[in-house]
Amino acid sequence: MTILLEINDIHTYIEQYHILQGVSFQAKKGEVSVLLGRNGAGKTTTLRTIMGLNPASKGEIIFNGVDITKKPTYEIANMKIGYVPEDQAIFNGLTVEENLRVAMRKEDEAAMERQEYVLNLFPDLKKFWKKDGGYLSGGQKQMLAMARAFVNEAELLLIDEPSKGLAPIIVEKVMEALVEMKKETTIVLVEQNFYMASQIGDTYTLIDDGKTIQSGLMSELIHDNELQHRYLGIG
Amino acid sequence: MELLINLTINGLSTGMLIFLLASGLTLIFGLMHVLNFAHGGLFAWGAYAGVWFYSITSSFTVALIGAIIVGALLGFITERLIIRPVYGDVVPQILITLGFMLVISEMLKVVWGPNQIAATVPPALSGSWEIGDVLIIKYRLFIILMGFLVFGIFYYILKRTKIGLIVRAGVINNEMVQALGINIKRVFLLVFMTGAALAALGGALMAPYSGVIYAEMGMDFAILAFIVVVIGGMGSFPGSLFAAILVGLAGSYMAYYVPDLSLAVNMIIMVLVLIFRPQGLFAVKG
Repeated sequence: MTILLEINDIHTYIEQYHILQGVSFQAKKGEVSVLLGRNGAGKTTTLRTIMGLNPASKGEIIFNGVDITKKPTYEIANMKIGYVPEDQAIFNGLTVEENLRVAMRKEDEAAMERQEYVLNLFPDLKKFWKKDGGYLSGGQKQMLAMARAFVNEAELLLIDEPSKGLAPIIVEKVMEALVEMKKETTIVLVEQNFYMASQIGDTYTLIDDGKTIQSGLMSELIHDNELQHRYLGIG
Repeated sequence: MELLINLTINGLSTGMLIFLLASGLTLIFGLMHVLNFAHGGLFAWGAYAGVWFYSITSSFTVALIGAIIVGALLGFITERLIIRPVYGDVVPQILITLGFMLVISEMLKVVWGPNQIAATVPPALSGSWEIGDVLIIKYRLFIILMGFLVFGIFYYILKRTKIGLIVRAGVINNEMVQALGINIKRVFLLVFMTGAALAALGGALMAPYSGVIYAEMGMDFAILAFIVVVIGGMGSFPGSLFAAILVGLAGSYMAYYVPDLSLAVNMIIMVLVLIFRPQGLFAVKG
């Protein structure tokens, strides 16, 4: 399978703090690659570094054969990379419709069809179409953030902890949506909920103290209780 | 009653001039998180440019358009050379924009001399109407109408167009706007140039209103504009209109009824807002 995203030994500083100290992994086209690790391990910073929001000081990020390490964020996004941040970053003062519209690169017939397709993935959003983003519940905000990242055709989606703080029934809905999105795109997912990660992930990368510890198939990690215990605190 | 109407018209016209200065300031602060102390200098440049264009063309329309163009060009230069290197650094921003304010004010003296310059109301807008006992000065009414016209145009742009939507989204979270594929630096430049053009338009309208222009005039109005931005809510365009009218009216009424308080009243309103609603009356939802 073709490698879509290749992260090679990236180092990232936030102010004076050396947060990423050698993260490497690959994401293959059509797969869900899950970044796992404890709180503060560097998973979120890894996604932000890929997006250019916290640029890497060392290492390289190759997307579709192009080095994007030093590119500005908007150029990276325009290479068909969608991003769902940990805090969702919904524009609270804009309506649901406006939240999607601001993300849409075109507003032609094809774009409207795409929007309709995305709304069918997240039907709750239709009910609140003219409501401000700030009016939505946590789960609805998560769906809006995912819809916003997916409203343009995306070759790669970077999704940061979509289940965080959500009720189990909402997590189920988010998972169903992710399964649908997986059919169409490649996903790099940061997820603390190991059940969810193991259900939809094809591969995993364990990150600890800003470094890649291990990568492999999710099916192997599911049976490796020691690794789960040591790095994820499970069991 | 006629006194009240006249005071209201005075207050509204002053409020509209402050609005033109404050509206750009609030968008620049809301979107770019830049405290632009040079904004008053752009207002003064608009006044001088307007008077100069009027003196050579005798057309007030050309004077206003000329001032807008000069303001936009100065905005371009200011954003590129002065603001861009200090994005995200508050203290350098304050120092460099204050310094730039002094430089561009002094530049006015270099170009047009150190003395005050007289500015006249164009014939078509001079004079007044008498309705009963009420005397309505045409130029003040014109300023009020211009203020509402500018508000209407920009409100439409912000609410109904894609670029307006991007600006509103950027005011809420400009990092996320970039992550959606939008070159936020271009949006910053556009907003800065627009804010500078609005300030210059305010200056050009102010010149015939006050009758004289001088290099330091921008600072006096800039202080009122900053008060308006705080009262209205940083980043809120409708908030800046409401607060500018409030400040204009309060100043006008107080100047007549309690003259000793006319300068302090705006500060008092700002302090009350900061105590009871520190995010401003029309805070942008983050």
